[in-house]
Amino acid sequence: MDLFATALPALGQAWALILQPDVLGHLVLGVVMGLAVGVFPGLGGIAGLSLLLPFMFGMDPILGLALMVGMVAVVPTSDTFASVLMGIPGSSASQATVLDGFPLAKKGQAARALSAAFTSSLFGGLVGAAFLTLFIVVARPLVLAFGLPEMLMISVLGLSMVAVLAGRVALKGLAAAGLGMLIGTIGEADAGGSLRMASYDIPYLTDGLKLVIVGLGIFAVPEIVSLLRQDRSIAKDAKLGAGWGEGVKDWVANKWLSVRCSLIGVVVGVIPGLGGSVVDWIAYGHAVQTTKDKSQFGKGEIRGVIGPESSNNAKEGGGLVPTLLFGIPGSGSMAIFIGAIALLGSGDIEVGPSMLRDNLDITYSIVWLLALANVVGTVLCIAASGGIAKLTTIRFTYLAPFLFMLISFAAFQSGQNFEDILALFVIGLIGIFLRRFDWSRPAFLIGFVLSNPVEKFSNQAFQIASFRFRSSFSDGMDYIFSPIVIVLLIITVVSVVLGLRQAKSIMAEGDVQSGSKRAPIVFLLVLMAYVVTALINANMIPDYNMTDKIVPLIVGGVTVTALLILLAQMILRPETDTIFADKEMAGEDADAPYGLWSTLAWFAGLIAATYVLGFILALTGFLVSFLRVRAQAPWLKTLILTAAGIALMCVMAGALNRDFPPGLLQGVVDLPWPLK
Amino acid sequence: MTIKQLATSVAAAALLASPALAEVDFSGKTIEWVIPFSETGGSAKWANFFAPLLSQELPGNPTVVVKFMPGAGSTKGANWFQEQEYEDGTVLFGTSGSTQFPYLLGDPRVRYEYSDWTPVMASGTGGVAYLNPTDGAKFDGSANALKDIDFIYGSQGATRLDLVPLLAWEMLGMNVEPVFGIKGRGDGRLMFERGEATIDYQTSSAYLGASAELVTQGKAVPMMTWGALDTDGNIVRDPTFPEIATFKEVCEATEGCETSGEAWDAWKAFFVAGFPVQKIAFLPAGTPDDVAQTFSDAFDAVRKRDDFATLAAKQVGKYEVFVGEGALKATKTGTTVSPEAKAYVQNWLQDSYGVSLK
Repeated sequence: MDLFATALPALGQAWALILQPDVLGHLVLGVVMGLAVGVFPGLGGIAGLSLLLPFMFGMDPILGLALMVGMVAVVPTSDTFASVLMGIPGSSASQATVLDGFPLAKKGQAARALSAAFTSSLFGGLVGAAFLTLFIVVARPLVLAFGLPEMLMISVLGLSMVAVLAGRVALKGLAAAGLGMLIGTIGEADAGGSLRMASYDIPYLTDGLKLVIVGLGIFAVPEIVSLLRQDRSIAKDAKLGAGWGEGVKDWVANKWLSVRCSLIGVVVGVIPGLGGSVVDWIAYGHAVQTTKDKSQFGKGEIRGVIGPESSNNAKEGGGLVPTLLFGIPGSGSMAIFIGAIALLGSGDIEVGPSMLRDNLDITYSIVWLLALANVVGTVLCIAASGGIAKLTTIRFTYLAPFLFMLISFAAFQSGQNFEDILALFVIGLIGIFLRRFDWSRPAFLIGFVLSNPVEKFSNQAFQIASFRFRSSFSDGMDYIFSPIVIVLLIITVVSVVLGLRQAKSIMAEGDVQSGSKRAPIVFLLVLMAYVVTALINANMIPDYNMTDKIVPLIVGGVTVTALLILLAQMILRPETDTIFADKEMAGEDADAPYGLWSTLAWFAGLIAATYVLGFILALTGFLVSFLRVRAQAPWLKTLILTAAGIALMCVMAGALNRDFPPGLLQGVVDLPWPLK
Repeated sequence: MTIKQLATSVAAAALLASPALAEVDFSGKTIEWVIPFSETGGSAKWANFFAPLLSQELPGNPTVVVKFMPGAGSTKGANWFQEQEYEDGTVLFGTSGSTQFPYLLGDPRVRYEYSDWTPVMASGTGGVAYLNPTDGAKFDGSANALKDIDFIYGSQGATRLDLVPLLAWEMLGMNVEPVFGIKGRGDGRLMFERGEATIDYQTSSAYLGASAELVTQGKAVPMMTWGALDTDGNIVRDPTFPEIATFKEVCEATEGCETSGEAWDAWKAFFVAGFPVQKIAFLPAGTPDDVAQTFSDAFDAVRKRDDFATLAAKQVGKYEVFVGEGALKATKTGTTVSPEAKAYVQNWLQDSYGVSLK
C-alpha cells in the first residue's frame, strides 16, 4: 500500500517538527494553561481554546498547534482533581471516576486515587497515539462502516451498563435510568421540534438541561450537602493514608485492564457523533465485569478509577479521527480547534478529507503532540497530587462555601442563564433524594446522557430502515443487521445478563439501612407523579410528529411499570426490606449534627441573593455570613478567605473573559465589571 | 429618560459638538462580538475569522473577542441583543440565516426587530446540491428523470436553512424524504457518504472542503447551486461554481417547475435571506453615525486587504462582503419577505411537515 510508504517519512518529519525547543516550550505553556483551566469544573477546553484563538491568526502552524494541543490534551486529565477530591464531575469524561475516586478520597487515599488516575490517563493517551499512528491512514472506510444502526447499538450498550450499576434492587435502578432518560427528553425535540415538558413561555426549558448541570446536581450537590451536615473533613478523621507511589503500583498491578480500557476509549472515540458521553461508562462496566471481587465497587475500588481514566484520555486521541479526516468535530473544543487551525500560518492547512493526503506530517504532529502533552501534564499532575490531596483533610465547613461558589459558577457557564443555577438546585434536590433512598444515581445519569443519542439514532435508523425495506426486504435486513450490529448486540446481551447477576454486590451508595415505610413511599409517589405527567404531556403531541413522542412514551411506560411493581412490593413487604433503604435512618447522615434543610438553605440563600444582587455581591455576603455563622470563624480569617474566594473568581473569569450571573440590581444600575 | 440614556445623549451631543473629540478611538478597549450560536457552527467560524482582522483595522486596535450565547435556535441571543442600548460601541452582534428565518416566519420566540439595529457588515454564501452517482447518472440538467425516485436527505429541520433545498426539490417534483434531527451539515454529509442519505447539499466552503473531493472520486454528482444575486437582484451563476447550473436553470428545464408565481417568489425570498445575505454584523439600536461609520470603514479596510481574497476563500467562500450603504441594503433584502411568500411557506411547512409556528 503506497499510503504506508508515505506514512513513514511523514512520521519522521512530524518528529522533526515536534522536537524543537520552541515547539516544546509552547507545548508546556499550553499544558500549564490547560491545567489551570481544567481544574475548574465545567469550564473545560472550550473556554481555554477560545482564549487562545485571537493569538492564532498568522501564527507559525506548528507553534500554534503545540499551544492548542497542549491545552486540549490535559483538560480531561486535570478535571480528575475535582472528581476525585470533591466528588464534582468536571466534565462528561470524569463522571464514572467519581464513583470510586471520591470514596477513596473519603478513606484518606486521595493521593493514591489521583496518581492511579493520572498514570492511567497517561497510558491511555500513549496507547491512543500509538494506535492512531497506524490506524489513521486506513480509518476512513472503517469510520464509514458505523452507520445509524451501529451508533444506536453502541448507545444501547452504554445504556446496558445500567444493569451493572442498578444497585441492590434492580427495578429501582431501571426506574432511575428511565427517569434520567425522561428528564433528558425535556425541551424541543430534535426531529420535529415538538416541546416536551416545556413551554415557549419558559425559553430556558426549550433547550433542555445541560449535562454539566445534571452531573453536578446528581453527584456533587448531594455529597457536598452530606459532608457539610456531618461537619468533618472529606478524608475521615482528617488522615491521609497511601501516597502517590501506591497509585502507580496499583496501575502496574492492573495494566491489562488499562490496556483494554484504552482500546475501548480509542475505538469509541473514533466514531463521530458519540463522543465522550458513553465511553467512561462502558469502561467502568468493563472494569466491574472483569473484577473477581466486586464488593468494593462504589466504596473505593481502585479498578473503578483505572478503567474510566484509561479510556477517557485515549478517547481524545480517537476523537481526532473524525475531526481531522472528515472535518466533523467530535466535541465543542474540537470544533474550535478546527476553526483555529484554519487561522494558523497562511491558512493552507485544511482539516478534512485532504488532510491525510496534503498534510500527513501535520496530522502526525498533532497525534504525537497530544501524546507528549499527556506526558508533561501527567508528570505535573502527579507532582501536584500529594499536596493538593491535603485539601481533603481540611474541615469541610471551610471548603463547602467555595464549592458552592465553584459549582454555581460552573453551572452558569454552561448556558449563561440565571436559570442554570436554579436548575442545578432542583437537580441537586433530586440527587439528594436519590442518594437518600438508594436509587442508583449512576443509572440516572447514564439514562440522561444517552437519552438524546438513543432517541435520535433510533428515530433516524428507523426512518432509513423503513425506506430500505420499501425497496426490498433483504436491503432492509442488511441495513439493520450488519455484522457490527450483531456483534454489539451479543456484547450487550452478555453484559446485561452478567450485569444483573453482579449488580447486587455493587452498592454505589454503600450499605444503606432500611427504616420506616412512609418516606420511601412518598418519594416513589413523587417520582410516579412526574413520570405520569411526562407521559400525558408526550401523548398530547400530535401523531404526525410521532418521532417526537414515541421515545418518551415507551421510556415513560417502562418506568411507570417499574414504579408500579415497586409500589406493590413496598405495600406487601415488611419495613425492614432493602427496598425501604433510607440514609436518614442510620449511618452518617442520620447521625449528622446538622439537618438537611438548614444546610440546603445556605445554598438556596446564595441563589436567592444572586437573583437580587448579582453573583459577586451575593457571593461576598454568602461567604462572610457562612464563615462567621456556620463555621464560627474569627473575623480576620473570614475576611481573608472571602477576599481570596472573590479574587479567585475574578481572576479566573477575567482571564477567560466570562461573565457572572447578573441580578435584579444590575438591571437597574450600571456597575463596573466584576459586579456587572 | 433613564440616567443611562441621558448620559448617552449627553455624550453623543458632546461628540457632535466638538469635532476634535469626534475621532472614535478604541484604544485599550475590548469589543465583544456576540454570536447567538455555539462554538461549533458556521457563524462561530465566520466571526472568528473576521475578529482578528477587524481588530487590526479599528482605530486604537481594540481586542475583539467572540462570545457565544447559544439557545432557542439563536432567538435567545437575538432577544438579548434587542435589549442592549448603545453605550460605547464595544458590543457587536452577528446573526445568521437561522436568526433571520424564525423572524421571517413569525416564530413565537422572536422578540427582536431587525430594523431597530444598525448593520455594519453583511456577507453571503452559496450552496451546492449533489446526488449519489446512480441517480446522478439520470440527471440531464433537468429533474425530469428524477421524479419517480425516492430520495433520503439528512436534515437539521424544516424551518432552518434546509427550507431552501427542501422547497427547491419539491418544486422540481422530486420526492425527497428528510431525516430530521441531525446536528449540522457535516453530519448530513457523513450520512451521504455512508450511503444512508442519497441526496445532500452543503454551503460553499463546506462543499469545497469536503464534498468536492467526493465528486472527484466519482462518489457524488453535483446537481445545482442556489445561485447568486447580481446587482439588480437577478439570480445568476454562483461565482465560486461557474460550471454548475443554478436551481433556476434546472427549474426552467424541468417540466412543471415554474420560475414565476407564488412558489418561486417564496423560494427566492427565503433563498435571499438564507444565502446571499446570510450573515450580518450589527451594532445596537441608537448607535451614533460616526461609530457605525468607523466600524463600516474598518470592515471596508478588511475586505480591501491584499490577502483578503485568499484568506476568505478558505474560510467563508468567495462572496461579496457588504459594508456601509451596501450592508444596509443587503440587510433590508435579507430581512423582508412579502406577506404572500410568508403565508406560502407557512402553509407548506404545515402541509408537508406538520410544523406550525404558533
